[in-house]
Amino acid sequence: MSHSSPAAAALRASLPVLFGYVPLGIAFGLLFDGLGHPWYFATLMGLLVFAGAAQFLAVGLLAAHAGLLEVAVTTFLLNSRHLFFGLSLLTRFRVGGWRKFYLVFGLTDETYSLLTGTRPPEGVPQVSYDLWVTGLNQLWWVSGCTLGALLGRAVAFDTAGLEFTLTALFAVLVLEQYRATRALLPFLVALGSGFLALVLFRQEHMLLLSIALSTAILVAHGKTRQWTPRST
Amino acid sequence: MDATLYLIAVILVMAGATLLTRALPFLLFARGAKHPTLLYLGRVLPPAVMTLLLLYCLKDVSLAAAPHGLPEALALAAVVGLHLWRRNALLSIGAGTGLYMFLVQNGVFG
Repeated sequence: MSHSSPAAAALRASLPVLFGYVPLGIAFGLLFDGLGHPWYFATLMGLLVFAGAAQFLAVGLLAAHAGLLEVAVTTFLLNSRHLFFGLSLLTRFRVGGWRKFYLVFGLTDETYSLLTGTRPPEGVPQVSYDLWVTGLNQLWWVSGCTLGALLGRAVAFDTAGLEFTLTALFAVLVLEQYRATRALLPFLVALGSGFLALVLFRQEHMLLLSIALSTAILVAHGKTRQWTPRST
Repeated sequence: MDATLYLIAVILVMAGATLLTRALPFLLFARGAKHPTLLYLGRVLPPAVMTLLLLYCLKDVSLAAAPHGLPEALALAAVVGLHLWRRNALLSIGAGTGLYMFLVQNGVFG
């Protein structure tokens, strides 16, 4: 595979997300199919919302005929961990117009992970690489949503365990992050916050609360000490 | 409300709320982007978030009940080992996931 084109480099980086997003999207599509709406609304949701957890939640909210205000508040709270993603990317998206809009719009957990954990090869502009990664990730997600809703129960193949792709992706990115920062502190703060949140709070709130707690600790630490990790 | 109209409204509201969580920091802190604290956060938050996403993926693993998290432990060890050895992300992720699927689909650890 050529490493000089942004598309090829982004494809290589986003392949693990393909194997994670397609089965997850199919699972969503199957659930959505149960509501009895035409399949293309699952596609539309993948195109406009592009958020895994929120779309699974949507199936429940739609079935319960939840009010629009409830939909808005629940979705915002569920996705509020993304607030912290943007905080750490303020100087990253050095473009304007639709390019920046799309990069911000497509900032899922997995896109954020790839954009901060991988880098384009020599000679590939950062912005093209970022756009391709985001676009490909959304393509995998929309394909999964569509397949699940379109084929319904016809796609019953044994994918048990395939979801481990995303676990493995995050494990690899943790290693790559350590290689880039050579600082143990962020990992230790995250482990401490994560276990504390798991013990103290219900599991569905664990991610948001532990990210918030880690951010607070790291900000406090950064303010008290001018400490800078070596970044490559 | 008509069922299709309600569905479209829910999709649009959900799209707006999700976009807001992703765009708000860029709207609020556009001027302060060079602030040392935010620059510092830009370096240390990604490793912390990645660690937490990994932990979140593993939160449902029960150490008390069979198979005691053994498939996850073994597959993760394979991912980390392969990655330290070859540093090929696709190889580490592909082989680790393949091993995990084999272990859970064949009930190797019960």
